[in-house]
Amino acid sequence: MSRRRTVITGIGVVAPGGTGTGPFWELVTSGRTATRRITQFDPSGHRCQVAAECDFDPAAAGLTPREIRRTDRFVQLAKAAAREAVDDSGLTVDDRLAARTGVAMGSAVAGTKSMEAEYVVLSDGGAHWNVDPAYVSPHMYDYFLPSSVAAEVALTTGARGPATVVSTGCTSGIDAVAHAAEVIRDGAADVVVTGGSDAPISPITVTCFDVIKAQSVYNDEPARACRPFDRTRRGLILGEGSAVLVLEEYEHARRRGARIYTEIAGAASRCNAFHMTGLKPDGREMAEAITTALGEARMDPGEVDYVNAHGSGTKQNDRHETAAFKRALGEHARRVPVSGIKAAVGHSLGAIGSIEIAACALAMEHGVVPPTANLREPDPECDLDYVPLDAREHRVRGALTVGSGFGGFQSAMVFRDPESASEGRSA
Amino acid sequence: MSGQAVVTGLGVTAPNGTGVPEYWDAVRDGRSGLGAITRFDASGYPVAVAGEIPECPAERELPERLLPQSDRVTRLALVAADEALRDAAIKPGDVPEYQMGVVTASTSGGLEFGQRELQKLWGSGWRDVSAYMSFAWYYAVHTGQISIHNGMRGPGGVLASEQSGGLDTLAFARRKIRAGTTTMVAGGVDGTLCPYGVAIQTAGRELSPCADPGAAYLPFDAEAGGCVPGEGGAILIVEDRVGAEERGAPQIYGAVAGHGAAFDPEPGCADGLYRAARAALDDAGLPAAAVDVVFADAAGRRDLDDAEVAALTRLLAPRTVPVTAPKSMTGRLLSGGAALDLATALLALRDGVIPPTTGTSPGRADDRIDLVVGEPRAAGIGTALVLARGRGGFASAAVLTR
Repeated sequence: MSRRRTVITGIGVVAPGGTGTGPFWELVTSGRTATRRITQFDPSGHRCQVAAECDFDPAAAGLTPREIRRTDRFVQLAKAAAREAVDDSGLTVDDRLAARTGVAMGSAVAGTKSMEAEYVVLSDGGAHWNVDPAYVSPHMYDYFLPSSVAAEVALTTGARGPATVVSTGCTSGIDAVAHAAEVIRDGAADVVVTGGSDAPISPITVTCFDVIKAQSVYNDEPARACRPFDRTRRGLILGEGSAVLVLEEYEHARRRGARIYTEIAGAASRCNAFHMTGLKPDGREMAEAITTALGEARMDPGEVDYVNAHGSGTKQNDRHETAAFKRALGEHARRVPVSGIKAAVGHSLGAIGSIEIAACALAMEHGVVPPTANLREPDPECDLDYVPLDAREHRVRGALTVGSGFGGFQSAMVFRDPESASEGRSA
Repeated sequence: MSGQAVVTGLGVTAPNGTGVPEYWDAVRDGRSGLGAITRFDASGYPVAVAGEIPECPAERELPERLLPQSDRVTRLALVAADEALRDAAIKPGDVPEYQMGVVTASTSGGLEFGQRELQKLWGSGWRDVSAYMSFAWYYAVHTGQISIHNGMRGPGGVLASEQSGGLDTLAFARRKIRAGTTTMVAGGVDGTLCPYGVAIQTAGRELSPCADPGAAYLPFDAEAGGCVPGEGGAILIVEDRVGAEERGAPQIYGAVAGHGAAFDPEPGCADGLYRAARAALDDAGLPAAAVDVVFADAAGRRDLDDAEVAALTRLLAPRTVPVTAPKSMTGRLLSGGAALDLATALLALRDGVIPPTTGTSPGRADDRIDLVVGEPRAAGIGTALVLARGRGGFASAAVLTR
């Protein structure tokens, strides 16, 4: 029996700069950025005061008052993205399909915003170690559970198959989609609604990155705060958002005449087993993940027409992944366009991997590579083609995206036009 | 490679025993680890009983640098992983680094650590917050620390589906084994027994207010009034059968024969639990009649227990198969609970003993199922079905065979 293959047939995005896949693609191909002074709390006094926030109104996005009350913001973002993705796919999740439809959502810090807000009340502003449970919100346990995003996406879409949340920190958005593809390949589902969501813009998350000096301090230039691969870079900028994809078994999609964006051709994750936050400059484990993903896809490095970089805007990351690309792709690393979108939409932790997968699928669909915004003075140690400032027309039949996160997680995913592969394989 | 995933090592940290020998002795004898909450003053809380793990010697043997950078639960996970690797006679240096992966289930990361740092942030300002906060309290921390501690550079995973996550890690591990990874560390160790964590759990309205440790958690009992929270779980070593035999693994506890999962938002998740169990048996290629023992989810609330009994009686003829809930001795361990049930089921398969459900009265137990109550039961068992539900509609099932 031939291996079951997985394709993307629907995309939904809620990202800084606009709700919906259209506004998202418009922003990331424009060279503009959506980073700004934080408005969700008063950031005065914090080392970093900039983030990429979504101007998201859950009611306008179609959530009911009860859905809004019982969910944290990261769940609301995901429900809106999931609705758009399923609409885009044209699928009707009827009774028969429901049991064959799963959910796999990624999130790194899940309900942190609610957790912090509730903590402040229960401890009376941090005054007491012992808290007063009489003040706890009746929905607090559901805000707290990372799994609530999978449950709520299942409710939004009608899915009744295998459901879970993948929470591998900043690679969650890739790893959740990889998990979804494995569930389809195993035959446990024909469709999986998958992606990532995080809404981390709160004092505790900004503090987490402040105390280790990982965030940019360009507070006076919020739109230019994140500068991946630029020698003036000072660190990452937090973001929030969600991307949800409809993954479908290839034949299932073909039978119903679905629009197919791309195939998930291969994926792999590796741990660096080195340090919870540090990276070795050689990029060995990320290279290993890329090579394994390409091997699974039976693709040569030369078939990668676009690389979506992690591009978080820290020196450590930029050099780490540049080394990884050279190690895994060889000479081709110098020929292929490489770009990152975090300067534009921020680092939304467990969401961004899925947002970047959406960017890869859209790059293939439109034949356009999004630029690396804010890259004006290249770091001489990062000597690849990072597509600075302006989008580029470029035919993309095969693409690679990577992610790197705390805990040492290194993930890679490879996409290709499924038609080109089936020609090769039937021979 | 056989394509069959087997479990070759177990590590346990539970309220009634740290380390497999101590835990298994306690469970077989029906010795509970539940007691009054001592970790903090819980007098103002609508819950009084929990399954706490007293400090164990193995925690003190961990590298000193881990102490300031980790939550207690992470250290328990590291202790369990160390035991499981020892039990399987695997020295991490002996296996190629990319051939060893880690997957854990999580619902709470390191919440006690998080509460402490939140207090600093809101009490005295962000500059006092620990530099380790960025990773010590998030959900991926156990997988990351186990990987670093043991030099494991293969696939990494973290799954969150509340209480059912522990079973899902076994399916994740099996996929990686089938794809060629030699050794997977899988399971879950979880718990939130700090003031804020327990307060959050009370919002779920699943906890028993009963202050008597012997009567607070009574699965399938007519007087069931909720569950109690606990901490701990289990870590399992999963390998390919041929690989395990070739390297001379000291034992094979059992095979991961089947896994199934489903989502069902209806209260109680009866249909979801049934579909998950059915899918797990189909995956194992076994009929329902092959099941020799069921390790139940055992929510300990009347409506939820009724739903599980409905799923079980739809799957198996009433009272034909023994059902047990040893978690009545540990409390519900979030994502650690189902992982611990897997370990317990494998020990039951090994020794031919079904550990009992404690607390529940034989006279009041639901008579539609054959609940093993009070005393352990000797039985020739070759196939175990482990069930788990996660809040919100998650259902998972695993089939283990000897």
